Amino acid sequence: MTDFTKLSLSEAVAGLRSKQFSSRELTAAHLEAMEAARSLNAFLLETPEKALAMADAADAKLAKSEGGILEGAPIGIKDLFCVNGVKTTAGSKILGEFIPPYESTVTGNLWADGAVMLGKLNMDEFAMGSSNENSAFGPVINPWQRDGSNTALVPGGSSGGSTSAVAADLCLAAIGTDTGGSIRQPAAFTGLVGIKPTYGRCSRYGVVAFASSLDQAGPIAKTVTDAALMLGSMCGYDPKDSTSLDVKTPDFVAACTRSLKGLRIGIPKEYRMDGMPSEIETLWEQGTQWLRDAGCEIVDVSLPHTKYALPAYYIIAPAEASSNLARYDGMRYGTRVDGADLNSTYERTRAEGFGEEVRRRIMIGTYVLSAGFYDAYYIRAQKVRARIAEDFRNAWEVCDALLTPTTPSAAFGIGEVSDDPVQMYLNDVFTVTANLAGLPGISIPAALDHQGLPLGLQVIGKALDEETCFAVGATIERAAEFNAKPTHWW
Amino acid sequence: MSVDAKTVRKIARLARLEVSDERLEPLAVELNNLLGWIEQLNEVDVDGVLPMTSAVQTEPHLRQDQVTDGNIRDQILANAPKTEDGFFVVPKAVE
Repeated sequence: MTDFTKLSLSEAVAGLRSKQFSSRELTAAHLEAMEAARSLNAFLLETPEKALAMADAADAKLAKSEGGILEGAPIGIKDLFCVNGVKTTAGSKILGEFIPPYESTVTGNLWADGAVMLGKLNMDEFAMGSSNENSAFGPVINPWQRDGSNTALVPGGSSGGSTSAVAADLCLAAIGTDTGGSIRQPAAFTGLVGIKPTYGRCSRYGVVAFASSLDQAGPIAKTVTDAALMLGSMCGYDPKDSTSLDVKTPDFVAACTRSLKGLRIGIPKEYRMDGMPSEIETLWEQGTQWLRDAGCEIVDVSLPHTKYALPAYYIIAPAEASSNLARYDGMRYGTRVDGADLNSTYERTRAEGFGEEVRRRIMIGTYVLSAGFYDAYYIRAQKVRARIAEDFRNAWEVCDALLTPTTPSAAFGIGEVSDDPVQMYLNDVFTVTANLAGLPGISIPAALDHQGLPLGLQVIGKALDEETCFAVGATIERAAEFNAKPTHWW
Repeated sequence: MSVDAKTVRKIARLARLEVSDERLEPLAVELNNLLGWIEQLNEVDVDGVLPMTSAVQTEPHLRQDQVTDGNIRDQILANAPKTEDGFFVVPKAVE
């Protein structure tokens, strides 16, 4: 008998279409795996009844040879996306028992294409974090462990529930969001593919806002083709999001088989960081060689403002977050903690409802936006951001895409890094630049390190050129032959 | 620019976050660490650079100025912590 949970999304969709198995069978197998994996804390809410009802509806369509590109495929949803009638928490206590009476455009697109929802996935509170230790509902555990050790490792963040669930074969694919690396970094930590598309490709309507000028949705999947299939469904112009781009969605799956002959790949020298493990450096060189072998021309490029990306991000993102999160006042939805008067009700509601990292970022954001500091901090950061975007534009004069490591380390243990915020922020040093410049970036699992943990390579493309990201990503995937899976211990 | 306990209190006020007195000093240290790290942006030459406003330049869409949604009072109130007769109930705000 096939173990349905071991299938890739593309294999599952093909099997459903050729009636080798039903969506009910496939969905039931995943629900069973979810139940057996609760120790990972990947799901905040399991929705088995909804899943089976959606599976039956999909089976009815498949029986008539109808249905969309994801018909009958069970997936997981990061708990930042509003799904009509399903409790949404954003990983925070402040939303209380919030049940959205509307649907995010991205999840609506997935349901329209036939996807089946298994449940809502754990995450860092309001997507603020790189380890999923900031969830109000407890950390998520990475299914991967170091060789010969049972130390609990983080799955990365903020989309840590999404990556843990896909890596443990609890869902065929999942969706996440990426504001500074929150799809790509956890994908790298769990041996998965994750892509953040160009800013504006995916509608932000119905996605709980963190930093509006940086937030983008994207898929987390087992293969590059699976990620392409998912992203194709998620994208599209949406009049409900004024930053949504009115552009045609290309055939991302077709791009995965494109030849790379003559493509110019840039290697940015500033991504060679002090103290970076030599294995990551070696993997980067290996990746470069794979692309050379595939017919690419390799060029050295310089992105001189790279080192300023994280500090700029830690002005812009908290500033936008402090403004976005002002809506959580305990009046119209969410939890209310009564105080002596209106102001103290606000203050107590927010102090008790938000976790430590969220409060820290609201404070920073409020400070940098406060009277007298706005120009010195926020405007300066937006100017530095323009410089960073300019670096990329200059690079595109001589290359078509960039190859970099995804993260400066493999997954770390729970509690190993969380004491020092800046140390934690450095996780996003290679991913945050693409958010600031609005560019697409994909992470592909490429090797195991000496401890047996996955490492990823990142491809950054020009704006709206996800196709090249997928083409290069698929080539790396074929060359790396990465097929390691975590040992089943949970 | 250095943040002291008094400034932390002011920021917390602006952010509507209750902070206890004994947390003011530790928070000041934390914020100063972060702000110290952010200071390095002052090294960047940004003369004549316009602040970035969007990643991909496009013409914004305009739509007809008309009502596209509404008559969903009960849906909107469904998540409120306190309601009465179709209204939100909030603490007294005007003396």
